[in-house]
Amino acid sequence: MASDVSAPQAYGSVTDRIADIVLARSRAGGPGWRGGWRWRALFLATFAGVLVFFGASAWLFARGVGLWGVNIPVAWGFALGNFVWWIGIGHAGTFISAILLLLRQRWRTSINRFAEAMTLFAAGIAGLFPILHLGRPWFFYWLIPYPNRMELWPQWRSPLVWDIFAISTYLIVSLLFWYVGLIPDLATLRDRARTRGRQLAYGLLALGWRGEARHWARYETAYLLLAGLATPLVVSVHTVVSLDFAIGNTPGYHSTIFPPYFVAGALYSGFAMVLTLAIPLRRYFHLEQYITIRHLALSAKVMLATGAIVAYGYASEIFTAFYGGDEFEIAMTVDRWTGAYAPVYWTLMACNVLIPQCLWWRRVRHCPAALFGVSLVVNLGMWMERFLIVVQSTHRDFLPSSWGIFVPTAWDWTFLLASLALFAWLFLMFIRFLPLISMTEMRELVRETGRTTGS
Amino acid sequence: MRRLYGMMAEFRSPDALLAAARAAGAAGYRDIEAYAPFPVEGLAEAVGFRRNRVPLATLAGAVAGAAGGYFMQWYAAVVSFPINVGGRPLHSWPMFIPVAFELAILCGALAAVVSMLAANGLPRLTHPVFDAPGFGLASRDRFFLCLPLRGRPADDWESRDVAAFLRGLEPAAVCEVPR
Repeated sequence: MASDVSAPQAYGSVTDRIADIVLARSRAGGPGWRGGWRWRALFLATFAGVLVFFGASAWLFARGVGLWGVNIPVAWGFALGNFVWWIGIGHAGTFISAILLLLRQRWRTSINRFAEAMTLFAAGIAGLFPILHLGRPWFFYWLIPYPNRMELWPQWRSPLVWDIFAISTYLIVSLLFWYVGLIPDLATLRDRARTRGRQLAYGLLALGWRGEARHWARYETAYLLLAGLATPLVVSVHTVVSLDFAIGNTPGYHSTIFPPYFVAGALYSGFAMVLTLAIPLRRYFHLEQYITIRHLALSAKVMLATGAIVAYGYASEIFTAFYGGDEFEIAMTVDRWTGAYAPVYWTLMACNVLIPQCLWWRRVRHCPAALFGVSLVVNLGMWMERFLIVVQSTHRDFLPSSWGIFVPTAWDWTFLLASLALFAWLFLMFIRFLPLISMTEMRELVRETGRTTGS
Repeated sequence: MRRLYGMMAEFRSPDALLAAARAAGAAGYRDIEAYAPFPVEGLAEAVGFRRNRVPLATLAGAVAGAAGGYFMQWYAAVVSFPINVGGRPLHSWPMFIPVAFELAILCGALAAVVSMLAANGLPRLTHPVFDAPGFGLASRDRFFLCLPLRGRPADDWESRDVAAFLRGLEPAAVCEVPR
């Protein structure tokens, strides 16, 4: 932390600095929300993408999944690749918030709030894709057990049913975790807002929080318990997602390495997305004092570690195919190297295994521009990995007569790019209306640094 | 006649508030309320907070979620809708673990948040302390100690007594909180 935040008056200054981004942007050292052309341009561009997303969804519901390039044998295509990719991105937020909280890693404080928001939006978008890809999406609720006149129950032995429980639990728990963390900050915004509309809106959302000592005690307990519950949940969600694949007997799906390899890949892409968001944020809002180089470097180290596990997963898949001697697994592995999707395979190896090795150098870890570049490369690589698993594995299974090729249509690309725009728009709305760093935890940090330095 | 909810003293640091809360407790005051913009270690104990039921409620929620989830699957697969798949056992318990686990987490998390809010008496639309002058800074950088007067008149001897006690703690300000 910088020196000026350990003084007693720093409680007020950190609060004002973060609250002003929302309430009085011009005071926070910027042109004001309405004055900034960058803000306007980004808002309009992403909002156009949101409209495209909903328009395309409506057209998809009207016309059916034939809009996409999917067919038998590749029935899952981009939709499932996007689903696994987005839900993976949605893992870093809870990891940062829950696991690093339990491990008492104080550096998480400046990045946990927006990482949680990222988690929530990514998981929400991920949840849309399985519904979009259904042949009859209006029956998606058949996966949920509810009293029905058909006297039917979901098939409890199917990972797809586990999936809906895992994803909806993850969404609800991430939302609770994020919202509980926000309550005291919403109270701060309520008390600092000057217009009636804002006072009402933040006041209602703050639930009447007034910061009484007993309330704080219960609040801290509840927050810690949520972290404790979210920790195994993070691991379970991507495990269940990987079981969607691993329980099928398709070569390329049927692998016991999948659960740990998917969880590591999720954290890998999640931390990449944290960097992709953190680096422009700290620059645009001048938050270098809060989101320091140390935060970026530590995230880079987490990427290095999870990237190594992912690389181990790739190696293990190849080793198991040849060591197991199953001719279909071997053929699938060789097809990855030389087949129709080989360019994707080699690009993903470069993006996920080769290029991130530059993070071993301290100079790269401490250079925001280089980290931003690496984070984009990893995001791209992880998307290609999901694509490869979903598409390449199914395009050549056991019988040559049932082989086929998947070629994405313009609609496939539309949904991918528009989902990115939806994510960006939700994130812009978040930084516009909610504090992107936890003011409460910042004040706590001020107190702790004040204690340790003895001021 | 103005009746008071309590008498409020304003402090500039968490340590001053903590010391004041301890002093008030030692002087025999009960139902002391202390307000801070972030959790202050030891403050809850200083104002007489003893029983935290949030952990128990969370445990109960998680156990109910797990048991309920498992029972639902067992009932569906064995009693309500048995399907014979090549003679495999209907009660295939390993396959029932993921859903039971997710429901344990979900119900535990909901119980944690709901019990925390319920025990705190939230959400509520208003509270007398919000009318205290300067209380808006309790969510920024000020620390407040409120001693209860339970509707006593402002010019009552006890109100004056409490105000005098609070002034003795050397706060930045002392004010009345109307009921």
